[in-house]
Amino acid sequence: MSDVAVHAVDLGKRYRIGPAGAGYRTLRDSLTAAVTAFGRRRGATENTIWALRHATFDVERGQVLGIIGRNGAGKSTLLKILSRVTEPTEGQAEIRGRVGSLLEVGTGFHPELSGRENIYLNAAILGMKRREIERHFDEIVAFAEVEPFLDTPVKHYSSGMYLRLAFAVAAHLDPEILVVDEVLAVGDAEFQRKCLGKMGDVASQGRTVLFVSHNMSAVLRLTQETIVLESGRIALRAPSPQAVDHYLAAGMSEAGERTWDGDARLAGAAPFRPIALRVRDAQGRVVQQVASTTPFEIEFEYALDQDVPGLRTGIYLATARGEPVLTSFDADDPRLFESLRVRREGRYRSRCRVPANLLNEGVFTVGVNASAFRVRSYFTDERALTFVVDGAGSPGSHWPEPRPGPVRPALEWRIEELTG
Amino acid sequence: MTAASSSPPLADPAVTVIRPSRGWVSLHLGELFRYRELVYFLTWRDIKVRYKQTLLGAGWAILQPFLTMVVFSLFFGELAGLPSDGIPYPIFAYSALLPWQFFESGVTKAAGSLVLGRNLVTKVYFPRLAVPLGPVLAGLVDFALASVVLVGLMAYYGYAPTAAIGTLPAFLLLALATTLGVSFLLSAGNVVYRDVGYLAPFLMRLWFFLTPIVYAASEVPPAFRGLYALNPMVTVVEGFRYALVHGTAPTLEMLAVSTAAAAALLLGGTITFHRMERTFADVV
Repeated sequence: MSDVAVHAVDLGKRYRIGPAGAGYRTLRDSLTAAVTAFGRRRGATENTIWALRHATFDVERGQVLGIIGRNGAGKSTLLKILSRVTEPTEGQAEIRGRVGSLLEVGTGFHPELSGRENIYLNAAILGMKRREIERHFDEIVAFAEVEPFLDTPVKHYSSGMYLRLAFAVAAHLDPEILVVDEVLAVGDAEFQRKCLGKMGDVASQGRTVLFVSHNMSAVLRLTQETIVLESGRIALRAPSPQAVDHYLAAGMSEAGERTWDGDARLAGAAPFRPIALRVRDAQGRVVQQVASTTPFEIEFEYALDQDVPGLRTGIYLATARGEPVLTSFDADDPRLFESLRVRREGRYRSRCRVPANLLNEGVFTVGVNASAFRVRSYFTDERALTFVVDGAGSPGSHWPEPRPGPVRPALEWRIEELTG
Repeated sequence: MTAASSSPPLADPAVTVIRPSRGWVSLHLGELFRYRELVYFLTWRDIKVRYKQTLLGAGWAILQPFLTMVVFSLFFGELAGLPSDGIPYPIFAYSALLPWQFFESGVTKAAGSLVLGRNLVTKVYFPRLAVPLGPVLAGLVDFALASVVLVGLMAYYGYAPTAAIGTLPAFLLLALATTLGVSFLLSAGNVVYRDVGYLAPFLMRLWFFLTPIVYAASEVPPAFRGLYALNPMVTVVEGFRYALVHGTAPTLEMLAVSTAAAAALLLGGTITFHRMERTFADVV
């Protein structure tokens, strides 16, 4: 009896993209494709991409394996293949045990049915037998905290209740192998805390878990080893801290840059011309994800087509939900402003340094503004760029709990024992 | 994709092998049986949801064929004066409408079911055949409800049940086989070619006139009866009339041709479905 739960050899998945193949067609598309193919040479390149290629790996029984990578790296494809939702184009995988897949919460929920009915339906869809459902029913209801609303149609549920219920059902699956895709990306902080807690339980019960996430703290917390996927191939398999570092360091999150070429608003901004807005990590690389424990820079590159007096440029930092965090202008220091009363025609870059341990983990947006106070606002873009702060290692992160608020500084605490 | 043998999770769990399937795919009927509870739940869901938040609820299952019968009796029976084999027109029409509604509503609902259920298809593994199966089986409930009217009509016109009624299950089975075959074909086709979704109602309308619902099969010249019976619903309808309202029994030739056609539809539909199944999640 082998100790390997998942044995994958050379798994690959190819998709056809472009008008010829992505998704459904109509007869007309097929006919035109057939006719044009007639004229084309045999073996002409078709628009295909390999979403996954040459994926070979083993997962031992009881192991919790993380899978990280950019969007489009092949993570979901791999999970879909292992869940048998889609077929591999090549390669083979041997799975020992039942696979429970959490690719999305609330699969099959019907808004007209009550919570009770949807529990049965969803559980059956996920593969539970009726007897199992009945056995776990009370636990599921308790976990979801929806007892008073059990017989109300779920279309009347708040989104929080809906998610809790959906996750509660999925969390009580009893498979040998659990495959989880980004379910932590939805829901509020409370929900995420519960999810993480439950996932931790499942992992400690000795089940094999494959965990895909963009949340590096969760990956570090739950997994011992992690696979990094890059453009459909396994780039690295290492202990989780190492893998996470590799992922963040290689700047593999999408471009942390925003440019304004050909933007219609540029005409009205003249003589001010915005060029680019970037987020750079401590090593100067353009990234979209930064660690809260290291300082990073936000830089705004622009050009002036003539001398501009009294100019200031600055950023508006806000949470993804739109709550303002801070506003800061490059000429906030009055002495700096005086020395640059007139900015001559030319190309400029205004950079600000955000200190370590200022921002809390989460998604933030950066807006820019270039103006002369009470004279004219040259250019504004309120949500120009989005970036992510990863809170691994931030103060207090050894307790897995979400902390509300956009800032999370390392305040200096003193504890004195009072006597007498 | 090939699956392993027994499924219960034991100390030495079953091995599932995932690999690209080649060529002919086996029908996996065993797997469908293992997932029978899911089929039950999907059917139950369809039934429950069908009439939620409607005023008349399940009354629609009765009202629809009933009103259709009334309209047909007025226009085809009275106005057009179509001959009805000596049977009063309302019950002549209704005895045909009953299995026809089952067929038409089953096919129409099943045709779009995979696309409608794309969330399921792209996220969870289960035999995809369960998806179109749901609306078809749910139609049996509507069928049962609509039969109540038929019983009433039989009493009204004084048609006492005879021994012939014993053949009813056979004709119902024929209708079920035809409905399933066409449903599998259309639902699978619709995933790849959305034209099918537009085609289905149109196809049903044509099929309606190819079936002796508003007219009698005896109107069809004997030379064409064989060809005519290639539409299994012909024999179903004639069979229903024979079993319930003392109509003439379908000939042996009709029975043979229709059964063969229904079997071909069912087999062909299931095979086509399975061949296309592997691409559903990618294409839907």
